[in-house]
Amino acid sequence: MSEFTLLNAVNRGLRRAMEADSKVILMGEDIGKLGGVFRATEGLQKDFGEGRVIDTPLAESGIVGTAIGLALYGYRPVVEIQFDGFVYPAFDQIVVQLARMRYRSAGALFLPITIRMPFGGGIGSVEHHGESPEAYFASTPGLRVVTCADPSDAYWMIQQAIVSDDPVIFLEPKRRYYQKGEVDTTLDISEAPSMYKARVVLEGSDCTLLSYGPTVATSLQAARMAAVDGVSLEVIDLRSLSPLDLPTLIESVKKTGRAIVVHEASSSGGVGGEIGLCLMQSCFYYLHAPILRVTGYDTPYPPSRIEDDYLPDADRILDAVEKVMGY
Amino acid sequence: MDLQDRIVQLIDSTGTLISDPRYQSTLNDAALLSLYQDMVLIRKLDEQATALQRQGELGLWAPLLGQEAAQIGSGRALKSQDYVFSTYREHGVAWCRGVDPVEMLRFWRGTMHQPWDANFHRMYGYQVIIGAHALHATGYAMGAHLAGRIGTGNPETDQAVVAYFGDGAMSEGDVNEAFIFATTYKSPIVFFCQNNQWAISEPTKRQSSIHLSERAKGFGLPGIRVDGNDVIACHAVTTEALDRARSGEGPTLIEAVTYRMGAHTTSDDPTKYRAGSDDDFWREKDPIDRLKIYLHNNGILKVEFETELAAKADSLAERMRVECRELPNPDALSMFNHVYSGSDARIDEQKREVEVILSEREVH
Ligand SMILES: Cc1ncc(C[n+]2csc(CCOP(=O)(O)OP(=O)(O)O)c2C)c(N)n1
Repeated sequence: MSEFTLLNAVNRGLRRAMEADSKVILMGEDIGKLGGVFRATEGLQKDFGEGRVIDTPLAESGIVGTAIGLALYGYRPVVEIQFDGFVYPAFDQIVVQLARMRYRSAGALFLPITIRMPFGGGIGSVEHHGESPEAYFASTPGLRVVTCADPSDAYWMIQQAIVSDDPVIFLEPKRRYYQKGEVDTTLDISEAPSMYKARVVLEGSDCTLLSYGPTVATSLQAARMAAVDGVSLEVIDLRSLSPLDLPTLIESVKKTGRAIVVHEASSSGGVGGEIGLCLMQSCFYYLHAPILRVTGYDTPYPPSRIEDDYLPDADRILDAVEKVMGY
Repeated sequence: MDLQDRIVQLIDSTGTLISDPRYQSTLNDAALLSLYQDMVLIRKLDEQATALQRQGELGLWAPLLGQEAAQIGSGRALKSQDYVFSTYREHGVAWCRGVDPVEMLRFWRGTMHQPWDANFHRMYGYQVIIGAHALHATGYAMGAHLAGRIGTGNPETDQAVVAYFGDGAMSEGDVNEAFIFATTYKSPIVFFCQNNQWAISEPTKRQSSIHLSERAKGFGLPGIRVDGNDVIACHAVTTEALDRARSGEGPTLIEAVTYRMGAHTTSDDPTKYRAGSDDDFWREKDPIDRLKIYLHNNGILKVEFETELAAKADSLAERMRVECRELPNPDALSMFNHVYSGSDARIDEQKREVEVILSEREVH
């Protein structure tokens, strides 16, 4: 076991994936000499060369579009989008081209591309640096969407995303980049838990908090506070947003009879609605209360001086817990 | 290389005036002094904002250090009826549009997304998404054209639009599409590209194998390469391009060759990717020094002016320090304003939820 930050775990995971397969190449803005604006790719160009760690022109549609061509040639591109808010110029290439190649070629062509991006708010920056665009991608058939919440998952899931033959949107919770945690690097990739499996992070009996990315830590904090008042919260890290690991979610909610989805993205059209409906279909007779969600509001991401009022915090989660417990 | 490809320079780095067959400066001594004053003041503004970020008063700041001549030279060529679309680095242009520096800080402090009155200053707020505004600017110029606000021969009402962006932006689809729309519709627009040699850590050669100004040819608009550290030349070429636009002759691309003397933003560490010797090379070409030498050698810059200017700069910095700290945090409930033109049931409900949270917080 070694202890790394989540950011360093991404870096080490990328390195290991590149060592394992010479077809793995990294592409993005400022990822070479600089090592990325967050330094997720630090040192990789030095060790693997400019042919495998490619500083691209400043054009996101161009990056994803050429990654598609490279993948058709047989490479396994890993694209870095510098910030969540800068993915949109590549939206057409991702949702119209990348997502559909396998389907429209009736399986003859496939695109093993991973698109990494830091996502979520809470870093005090300016516009377009705190977005949570996951719902656009999770609602696009053909894409896989996963997110890590701790260093061990960052390390293993990035490798699993890269070996996946489906295109994967890999979301990194930027405000947890410096959170530390244990990583067992001695495992083989096949021994690490699948990135498509949700994980019970904390067991509880009264209510299930369903969360992912940056809000897993927030949910755990809420659970600790609830425990003081004798309320036992189960915390699940979804890890995969597409597909959803429904069996794990259903098992938990059947046990607790209550569920609250927590995410930073806006509530309307967010993944919370999807999860809630799936759970209602499968757990209807087990539910003691309606399923609630604690999310960002239905506004654009606000200026950073009031972002703390926008982002779900432990208090808002506990308000929702109180509601479902008192139902 | 024919004349088109040669860089326009009207004052060199030793402070000597250069004659150019295509461009003559119309600036008299008073105008030159005024450009000098602007450059000194915005450098101070930039230095102070950088310091405020270091002290934790701003979340971020994108320094303009080294780009004073490109921004002031072009910015002072604008007329009040023109309209500007810029990136996050054009504090000097905003200055020319009469935006108060403290207003600029609201964006970087995180109190407002669009920190000044766009309609009043005829310049919309900092655009962070690289290249997006090149299309907005082109559309605005198409509007001026459709509305008959060009080519009337009245210099006080004919309009032009300027889109500012960097060398990196030249790679984005939006910018290239903007060139196409602008030439197709012969729109009254000037694309002012500050080639400051870097897009964060990537040198300009990562974006282009030819001079950026040479791209213009393929799109069918004139491309002009100007010494971006020469405020006189920047003023002259922009003035001409704006006149062309206002008189209905169509768009121009200007590549102002300059250098980002500082970090990309206060979050950046340029020692990771560029040599200190580059900085030294460009320091010799400083945009303010050369004009100062010229003004000094020709007896235009008097000691009293310098003393007064230094005092002005100091009081600007002092005011920024004080007023930045006094900038009010937005009311949390303001996040629900202006999502739509009218009210929205979901948002109203969420707003009430936050009202309750805030009032409970007050009780505790
Ligand atoms: C669409 C988009 N992609 C990426 C970024 C991140 N980013 C911010 S500034 C920058 C470099 C811009 O370089 P350039 O256009 O030369 O302008 P400069 O910052 O040098 O003034 C990048 C990549 C962004 N803001 N928007």
